Amino acid sequence: MNKPMLKASAVCKSFGAVEVLRAISLEVAAGEVACLIGPSGSGKSTFLRCINHLEKIDGGQMWVDGDRVGYRLVGNKLHELKEREIALRRASIGMVFQQFNLFPHRTALENVTEGPIIVKGVRRQQAVEEGRALLERVGLGNKMHNYPSQLSGGQQQRVAIARALAMKPELMLFDEPTSALDPELVGEVLDVMKDLAESGMTMVVVTHEMGFAREVADTVHFLSEGVLVESGAPSKVLSDPDHARTQSFLAKVL
Amino acid sequence: MSAVLTMEEAEPAQVVPSRHTGRWITATVVLVLVALLLYAMATNERFQWDVVGKYLFADPILMGVLNTLILTVLAMIIGIVLGIVVAVGRLSDNFIVSKAAWFYAWFFRGTPLLVQLLFWFFLSALVPRIALGVPLGPELFSFDTNSLITPFMAAMLGLGLNEAAYMSEIVRSGISSVTPGQTEAAKSIGMTRLQTMRRVVLPQAMRIIIPPTGNETIGMLKQTSLVLVIGYSELLTSASLIYSRTYQTIPLLIVAALWYLFITAVLSVAQYFLERRYGRGFSPLSAIRVDKNKQDKNTVDTDKLDKDTSGPAVPANGPASGITTSAPSANTEIPS
Repeated sequence: MNKPMLKASAVCKSFGAVEVLRAISLEVAAGEVACLIGPSGSGKSTFLRCINHLEKIDGGQMWVDGDRVGYRLVGNKLHELKEREIALRRASIGMVFQQFNLFPHRTALENVTEGPIIVKGVRRQQAVEEGRALLERVGLGNKMHNYPSQLSGGQQQRVAIARALAMKPELMLFDEPTSALDPELVGEVLDVMKDLAESGMTMVVVTHEMGFAREVADTVHFLSEGVLVESGAPSKVLSDPDHARTQSFLAKVL
Repeated sequence: MSAVLTMEEAEPAQVVPSRHTGRWITATVVLVLVALLLYAMATNERFQWDVVGKYLFADPILMGVLNTLILTVLAMIIGIVLGIVVAVGRLSDNFIVSKAAWFYAWFFRGTPLLVQLLFWFFLSALVPRIALGVPLGPELFSFDTNSLITPFMAAMLGLGLNEAAYMSEIVRSGISSVTPGQTEAAKSIGMTRLQTMRRVVLPQAMRIIIPPTGNETIGMLKQTSLVLVIGYSELLTSASLIYSRTYQTIPLLIVAALWYLFITAVLSVAQYFLERRYGRGFSPLSAIRVDKNKQDKNTVDTDKLDKDTSGPAVPANGPASGITTSAPSANTEIPS
């Protein structure tokens, strides 16, 4: 087995008095597609946001590609990383949001080239070439110069995926990428994600799309009330779950 | 079946637009009033239009216009730059910084501008010497306040520092209007806080910031006339110097007013173009107007936005099961 791309060990997170994550431990191998499922408020999205340090964890430890997230161990103390170091780590972790969060003042192509040019210092010409190729790849070669407001939800989300891929990430995080889409636009986004999975990208996907999880995921993790209830192959967790909580959740969504 | 057309069903012969009689009456009344006003202004000799004409392009007036413009531009630059700093400070997580920024806005908005101008002008009475040095140590620089605070310096400081307080509120509302999702997206591609602010937040905030800033600039243009009290020779001061000598008060005030109106008109045009520039991407319509060449294409695009997903239709058999779509879309396939 490869060294894990993501390793979480007893990760805890609270918002005030509310415990959102209670000692979550899991591993995602390089090239693996892991789906996090569970009822809303179960902590799936919070866990995802902890991976690239958009949220600070309150307890436990987390590593991405062997690097500790957000902290450095010196002696037996954890020192919080400097802003620049955190930004550097984030640059190699792609994230796709439920609400797309495209930059509305920039065209599709400018959205995709922004990261490489500003963060990585790639030459504009090279960034534009790579950006064009990425937009072709997500099927938007004819929309490069459109502003996000001129694109449908599905198209915007595909641009958002291309924007994340432009940073050449080693890990991609998807936070309910199809939840804000009209039903008939869901398929085009899932197709892109499926192709991405087939190309060997390591992906952590928070989703309510059980069909996608069944078809594409290597591992499914079921969270409920901040606890990792059960993990396993989709065929096992989605069809023959061990836990009553998983069973009752699946009975509601399937 | 015989189709019998009644009068109402038959093709009407002609469309008669509604008359809007009230509008015509109002318009006529307004036109008459304007004509009367213009006639009165043209025929009333006490307006002394010949004197207006004589001084409109006189050297002292032109110098005054130039000084007014310089003062407006410099005060606005100080106001905008310092305003951004104060606004960012106000939104800071640091308690002391945010309270200091609040205090700044409170103080400078809470005292009359005229008082602030006089205060800066008479600063030497309060602080005769301004020195820069190590506390309790040697002095590095030292100035005589009187020679440092010229009327120009006092005018610029007074107007600029006051403007910064107002601008900070405008900038703050602009920054707050950008959704947190934008900041998160910027962070997620590895931007630092400064890059996020410069590349993502401020350009979007500009859309909100520009219209009130245009107002502020036009307001500043006229506010500069307040420096009359400290004797800096801007437009109104120049006019007043002339009429205090010649007693042609009204025509010289008209000269000044005409110049203020003209510059305001120029500024309004500039504001229009700035607003269009920073409105990019925020409505499909604005984008069409910017790029006339692509007008037709864009109109089509926005019309069929909902349908045009550039991939084959997803099976319509139920939203939740949409993922089981086994029909891969040709366009979205990744070339391997």
